Amino acid sequence: MNRLVARLSALRAERRKALSLFVTAGYSIAEETVPLVIELVTSGADVIELGIPFSDPIADGPTIQASSEVALRNGITLERTLEMVKQIRERCDIPLVLMGYANPIFKFGLAEFLDACKHVGADGTIIADLPLEESDEYRMHATKRDIASIFLVAPTTTDERLEQIDRASTGFLYCISVTGVTGGRKALAAQAESFLIRARKHVKSNPLLAGFGIATPNDARRVAMHCDGIIIGSALIELLGLPHNSHRLEQASAFVRAIRTALDS
Amino acid sequence: MKRMAEALPDQKGHFGTYGGRFVPETLIPALQDLERAYSAVKNDSSFQKELSMLLKDYVGRPTPLYFAKQLTNHYGEGKIYFKREDLCHTGAHKINNTVGQILLARQLGKQRIIAETGAGQHGVATATVAAMMGLRCAVYMGTEDMTRQEINVARMRLLGAEVIPVTSGTKTLKDATNEALRDWVTNVRETFYVIGSVVGPHPYPMIVRDFQSIIGRETKAQMMQREGRFPDYLVACVGGGSNSIGLFYDFLEDDVKMIGVEAAGLGVETSYHAATLTAGTPGILHGSYSYVLQDNAGQILPAHSISAGLDYPGVGPEHSYLKDRGRVTYVSVTDDEALEAGLMMTRIEGILPALESSHAIAYLRYLMPKSSVKDIIVVNLSGRGEKDLTAITKAFNQSRTSERLL
Repeated sequence: MNRLVARLSALRAERRKALSLFVTAGYSIAEETVPLVIELVTSGADVIELGIPFSDPIADGPTIQASSEVALRNGITLERTLEMVKQIRERCDIPLVLMGYANPIFKFGLAEFLDACKHVGADGTIIADLPLEESDEYRMHATKRDIASIFLVAPTTTDERLEQIDRASTGFLYCISVTGVTGGRKALAAQAESFLIRARKHVKSNPLLAGFGIATPNDARRVAMHCDGIIIGSALIELLGLPHNSHRLEQASAFVRAIRTALDS
Repeated sequence: MKRMAEALPDQKGHFGTYGGRFVPETLIPALQDLERAYSAVKNDSSFQKELSMLLKDYVGRPTPLYFAKQLTNHYGEGKIYFKREDLCHTGAHKINNTVGQILLARQLGKQRIIAETGAGQHGVATATVAAMMGLRCAVYMGTEDMTRQEINVARMRLLGAEVIPVTSGTKTLKDATNEALRDWVTNVRETFYVIGSVVGPHPYPMIVRDFQSIIGRETKAQMMQREGRFPDYLVACVGGGSNSIGLFYDFLEDDVKMIGVEAAGLGVETSYHAATLTAGTPGILHGSYSYVLQDNAGQILPAHSISAGLDYPGVGPEHSYLKDRGRVTYVSVTDDEALEAGLMMTRIEGILPALESSHAIAYLRYLMPKSSVKDIIVVNLSGRGEKDLTAITKAFNQSRTSERLL
């Protein structure tokens, strides 16, 4: 069974909320990503999403954009991201998801990319700018290799589309909690609530994980009440980018532990 | 070849393998709404009547088709005509599209307009029509472009638009488009995004093409009246490709040769150019699959052109299709060739062209020696050059030939 699917169904059985953490591969130091991921797993992550840097990340706010630019300057490519997955997989069995934009993946080749995912031990993929209508080939290749093809839904997604996307998605359904790009914002939980309640009604096949803008233990706890788990990216990445801060990993770890505690309380 | 243009794009917005809709899910419902609204107004006589009236009385259409006698004599072959889009209100063809899209925005009940701009012509055209219709307007512009097109920045602000400086990436049109897309993702419910070229996710390449195709329709009628026949060649510059597709579209099924001129910057053999169709490969940028400038890892490369309006590493998907089909020939000219052509045009015809349009004019030095006395050439003079005075003066001051030229 796919590690991601197995982990999420185990959590559901235990009535625990999933914590998925996004980090940009190769940020802020290329060599730090693998030990960072191991640290995050130890601190309580259930799923790790590794971001493949792209020059023009239109779904991302300033924090992830900047991390992408740094990662690209660090020479991170899709190949090197896959290599990191391989190194992480040699050290632990955490479910790993690769998240990126269509162009680097298409340039690599869709089938070749999913072959490589299988080979290095990635469990799922998210392509931020590949909506359902353009995804036939992608889903076919992913299904054939038992890689989860995770789709996103947004507050603007209609009820009918929620159901269509739920049927197409595997692994989980990524709920964009509020209309907008990635990154923290005020009054998040209240805005997210109504969408998650609506999504819950229409989503039957997949666990619902909510992301975009969740930045504090309080956000995490409140949002998680309406879904199966949460995804944190920008707030974690901000901790990793503090210049000359030798306690980066410890601070990231403390942050994740605080989120974990809030989710489990 | 017959009817090939009529059927495209298909239901999913594809021109052959190109085009489509590669954007975050948040925008998909808005694009579907836009598609529905557009197909409703396409055959709505009151919408079309209002559009025609604005194009006539506000934009100043039809624009003249000017026989350039001096330039024709200079080359001694063929007959050169210019389609005078530079005489449109606000100084370029861009307003043909902004009038149409902002009428659509009103139809959809949107109160806020956003746009991206490179040369500033699309920004000015958007700010102008937004002012006339009483809508709020924000324009994203790279800080490098704000410097080289400072006059247009002042115009947009005067028109009441907010000009939002973009400092990410290359600080030019590509990054301005990224920021406009992020704004739209965030404010999609109340905001209408007026895309300025035949790029972006479906249905934009189709909508912008349709609104710009008036250029070719007028040219056809004017040509029949003047010469009693179609031209032999159409020449237009290509950045994203809106003025060129506007001129070409109505002629696609006719026996007319078409040439799209890209910006070769410092040369296509260098890494400082914007010749996407000449030197790029297919990929995904700003929501559609088309030729792009990219590296082996699929990262988008920075473009370069002296012309801010052509300084873009992508191109409209329909152009990619027309290139692969061999229907349009795409060529490129350098910064220096464009500057020289613009100067010559100014000196012998008394018309100062935009740097973008100067690229189309510059190709005549290659085309005219190959053409015969009987050949008729129509060049799209897409915009006027006042906005470029600073950039042109600076370029000539830096160039060794400055004394000879100025």
